[in-house]
Amino acid sequence: MRVSVDLGLCEDHGQCAIAAPAVFRINDDGKLEYDAEPADSELENVEEAADVCPVQAILIAG
Amino acid sequence: MAVVGGSLAGLRAAEQLRAAGHQGPVTVFGDEPHLPYNRPPLSKEVLADRTRDTAALMHERLAFRRRASVDDVTFRLGQAVAACDLTARTLTLPDGDTASFDGLVIASGLRPRRLRLEGPQRGRHVLRTIEDCLALQASLAEPSRVVVIGAGFIGCETAATLTSLGHEVVVVEPTGPPMNRVIGSALAGAIQAHHEAHGIRFVIGPGVRGLTGDGADVARTASAADLAAAGDRVTGVLLDDGSTIEADVVVEAVGSVCNTEWLAGNAGLDLTDGVLTANDLAVLGAERVVAVGDVARFPNPMFDEVARRVEHWSMPTDTAKRAARTLVAQLGGQAPDPTPFAPIPSFWSDQFDLRLQSYGSPGLADEVTVEEGDLADLPAGVLTRHTRAGALVGYLAVNLPGARQRDLRDAFVALAPSA
Repeated sequence: MRVSVDLGLCEDHGQCAIAAPAVFRINDDGKLEYDAEPADSELENVEEAADVCPVQAILIAG
Repeated sequence: MAVVGGSLAGLRAAEQLRAAGHQGPVTVFGDEPHLPYNRPPLSKEVLADRTRDTAALMHERLAFRRRASVDDVTFRLGQAVAACDLTARTLTLPDGDTASFDGLVIASGLRPRRLRLEGPQRGRHVLRTIEDCLALQASLAEPSRVVVIGAGFIGCETAATLTSLGHEVVVVEPTGPPMNRVIGSALAGAIQAHHEAHGIRFVIGPGVRGLTGDGADVARTASAADLAAAGDRVTGVLLDDGSTIEADVVVEAVGSVCNTEWLAGNAGLDLTDGVLTANDLAVLGAERVVAVGDVARFPNPMFDEVARRVEHWSMPTDTAKRAARTLVAQLGGQAPDPTPFAPIPSFWSDQFDLRLQSYGSPGLADEVTVEEGDLADLPAGVLTRHTRAGALVGYLAVNLPGARQRDLRDAFVALAPSA
């Protein structure tokens, strides 16, 4: 699975880091960091993260 | 499966029906001409973006990602379902066409409440759809005097955005400082002071009596008939203390009305405020019918036994997940899942340099305490704790970093009842 975040849209709400903490993280500077190629076992969490992103910045492929 | 409502709740319902194992046909009926799109930016960044000046361009920016599992879902857009017969299990469309269903998801949501105001109609706006946003933008070609009626979240966001764009904005609210019903009066007062420092003028207390127009001078003692005859285009807002605020544009942000008229005539439903459901979102008084999103009135055992509608952006996604499982189980003749449904309400709101983030139901509180920060310096970060009879019911964070969100939310995970 490939994950991408449109950083032009991202506003660091942090909801993705709650839904899929193994993939998304808000660092100490308050900025998003994420794993662009997480294991397929994370799919459900990543779908949840994409659903709850207030600015709908998360894209999932394959 | 029929899903009535083509916004976030309708989309999530379709996706979750698939996730719950439903493989048969799904049709989503939406009254707007667009595939489901994200509404919150309409009062914020999209309202401020003058480059997306057509419905197509605006929709391109706002359209929701749709899961691949709904590629075969039919979206019938552009007309609202007119009627529904839950005994015959049929929907009727305005063109007379009918559609039958085995299971129904009610996802028909809300529309803006309109004030019954005499006087001119041109220059009056609401903000819920792409078309609303385009109409408001078009009316604001030059720096304008704007009166926003209603200091709830949409009113405050709209006022902040328009002030930032250079318009002169007055917010009129009869009930108290901005958003006070939800966030408590101390924080509301602090936000009012912050917004006033950024240029919004608030008129708190008087109600709105009418609108003045460009066709006639309207005396303070004008009768309703005189007001109705007054001109064509809004020139001001007449308050019930007798004063008038001049305005080129009026935005009404006074709450919502549930879209449930299409369900009228079905005995047994409680449609007094949305659609009353059981905790698992099964509609009471009907079979094989669930409700999701803003329109679903359900009890959340995290707080109490009282059924409430929750108009937060997070609610369609949370309710669709549970409602789809309830409906698929009913259709399959399986026993309902006994696990209590206890979603954690959350919302955010961006206003000037402030981000409000809420978890729980702060509006239920009888006491609010400032846990962190100083109400006189909101941008530096403030956390308020909202309790009812001493028990935590909500947190409201202003400008707290994203890394803090998880802990605030986890406080409510701990409150969720178990089966």
